[in-house]
Amino acid sequence: MLGKTASGLFWMFRYLERAEATARLLDAGFRIALTRAGSSRSEWESVLTTVGQLQAFRERHGEATSSKVIEFLLTDRDNPSSIICMVKSARDNARGVRIGLTREVWEATNESWMTLDKLLTGKIPEADLPDTLTTIRQQNALVRGATNGTMLRNDGYNFVRLGTFIERADNTARILDVKYYLLLPSISQVGSALDIKQWETILRSVSALRSYQWLHGATVNPRDIAQFLILHEQMPRSLAFCYNKICDNLGYLAKNYDLRTEACEMADRIHLDYLGRSMDKIFDDGLHEYIEGFLAANGRLATQISQDYSFGVTS
Amino acid sequence: MLGQDGGKSGDVRPAYQAFRKWLDSQPDMRVARKSEQAENFFRKIGITFNVYGEDEADERLIPFDVVPRVLSGNEWRKLSKGIEQRVKAINAFLHDIYHRQEILRAGRVPASLIANNAAFLPKMMGFDPPGGIYTHIIGTDIVRTGPDEFYVLEDNARTPSGVSYMLENREIMLQMFPELFADIPIREVGDYPSWLRRSLSACAPAACLDRPTVAVLTPGVFNSAYFEHSFLADQMGAELIEGSDLKVVDGRIAMRTTQGYKPVDVIYRRIDDDFLDPLNFNPESMLGVPGIFDVYRAGGVTIANAPGTGIADDKALYSYMPDIVEFYTGERPLLQNVPTWRCSEPDQLAEVLDKLDELVVKEVHGSGGYGMLIGPTASKAEIEEFRAKLKENPEGYIAQPTLALSTVPIFTEQGLAPRHVDFRPFVLMSPNSIDIVPGGLTRVAMNEGSLVVNSSQGGGTKDTWVLDD
Repeated sequence: MLGKTASGLFWMFRYLERAEATARLLDAGFRIALTRAGSSRSEWESVLTTVGQLQAFRERHGEATSSKVIEFLLTDRDNPSSIICMVKSARDNARGVRIGLTREVWEATNESWMTLDKLLTGKIPEADLPDTLTTIRQQNALVRGATNGTMLRNDGYNFVRLGTFIERADNTARILDVKYYLLLPSISQVGSALDIKQWETILRSVSALRSYQWLHGATVNPRDIAQFLILHEQMPRSLAFCYNKICDNLGYLAKNYDLRTEACEMADRIHLDYLGRSMDKIFDDGLHEYIEGFLAANGRLATQISQDYSFGVTS
Repeated sequence: MLGQDGGKSGDVRPAYQAFRKWLDSQPDMRVARKSEQAENFFRKIGITFNVYGEDEADERLIPFDVVPRVLSGNEWRKLSKGIEQRVKAINAFLHDIYHRQEILRAGRVPASLIANNAAFLPKMMGFDPPGGIYTHIIGTDIVRTGPDEFYVLEDNARTPSGVSYMLENREIMLQMFPELFADIPIREVGDYPSWLRRSLSACAPAACLDRPTVAVLTPGVFNSAYFEHSFLADQMGAELIEGSDLKVVDGRIAMRTTQGYKPVDVIYRRIDDDFLDPLNFNPESMLGVPGIFDVYRAGGVTIANAPGTGIADDKALYSYMPDIVEFYTGERPLLQNVPTWRCSEPDQLAEVLDKLDELVVKEVHGSGGYGMLIGPTASKAEIEEFRAKLKENPEGYIAQPTLALSTVPIFTEQGLAPRHVDFRPFVLMSPNSIDIVPGGLTRVAMNEGSLVVNSSQGGGTKDTWVLDD
């Protein structure tokens, strides 16, 4: 397959994943703002930090308020990191790699863009935010479902999966990076009402509150949350889950192409270095340093993949 | 109304009878409702085009009309025989023009028309394209003026577009009104992509030793026909490439793949000759591949259509087509040519200037319905403007009578109404056969009385049925 096509598929799914992650963060931030658990300003700032947009936001809008942050991350067509712009980027990539997609996937993507283009016009009243975010998630699910149900499991699909999981690992690690202090063992194991809300927010922002409770009952504690988001192999947004998938997909490519690239080796090393440790070791070494190291390694892997599979200058 | 396609107003032509019967039996508003849904369908599949000069991001839809254009089996047989004859002649003409130029020696076509023509590529002289095929794909534009009168308006021998509309128009009709296809014997058009692939593969270059790799070369996502390029590549199971994906490697054209550079055998290019190769043609081109023409001449790749085919559909040569057909086939042309005044000849120019208000004047090198004068509907000022242009540069123009184009019905809010149409069947040529898919693109002037069917100027499309009768 063309390097350009591989790149388009990889980026299309990175954008979709990131758009969905942003929607989830907005949802979690909005809940905190509603329940007034803690300062809503600092909560919105941590949302902006998680998506790497605090600086850009401050330059344009100054202080973080619900309505400004929502507009900035949802409907602002001048902000390339807004959901509407990312959905458009996903759709533009899809259009560019039309031949790498089935008709169903293309139509779902295109229709999703048309629906959201119409929906995310003008200012969204806060009362409509939950419905709007639900629609975004549903549209995304349609694309994912069409992909899952109709695409040939060939190299193209491997790049779809690589884009998805590189991005997802990045998102989960960023959430951990911004909230790591809440998860440190030094904080009281019992936790105040405020802490519990904050912890729940972390789980919510990765759509994992329910599954966490399923596994751990009603007792929310920071150590288990960190373990759940980092090492739990069944949790679909954990770093371990993402890297299992990344290594699998690079492995399929190696088999298919009869060539183990540097990216394959690198992914295996990251897997071993970062996910072969115990939670105790991670805390002993410093959670913050661990996450920063992981984010950098994940970024290097993305670059290596684009080199090894000839994504070209336009990626 | 349904009788207008070549017939007298009022009677329903036989080919339309089954459709008419179905239409009369439809509950109120069903067709109107479906007609509205059609737009959503086209938006969803993304079959849009960009209008040059407007915002590039603006993707527009071509209007679709739900009333099919119907041709009987007999009409089709007649038409396709005529097209086949014409296409054979065009290919023979191209071979001759780029070799011995017998037709010029015989004085049937003036040598000056070739030598001074920008569409003529001297670099093609003496070269035999793989399989002997110059025009792998031709879209012959045809209009009808009476029951048995078909005229060829243009022979699009460069990179005719619109075939995706033929296929998607059929697809939507199947989705909206499946019962029509169960009740009426309508011939299939969906084989086109596999025929195209077969036909292109049959022209693989000498250097290809295995199953040929076919690719569609597009200028990119901002091109007005990008949808069609990606659609055809997808349907053929071919790669969709841009110049930036390609380079010359070991005397072959190679594309950058996830496993390194791999050779391409047959390139169905949807970019003009001029942009193909900055080393051999327009040095400013960013769309092409430096050196591709040299690889082509050395037998390393097939380019479809061959470079230089534009000389065959040049408007300056159009009026010679009947001679060209006769010269190479030894037969009388089966399809008529529209009578054409060559403004380059002084006595013909005088005649044209005398009755500008009755004629259609076209730029020799124009396309897409731009830069033409339609005398009967033009204002005095427009006519005078063209008079000045004609005197200034007579070689740049030809003139034709306004034909009494047939109309076909379209669906409007006020019911059925007649509109003018033209028709573009798509012809595939390979060393083994000439294949014409039974159907084509019917373009319709959506505005009442208008004769301009180009999509850039408010034209729409409709499904075209060839009956298996």
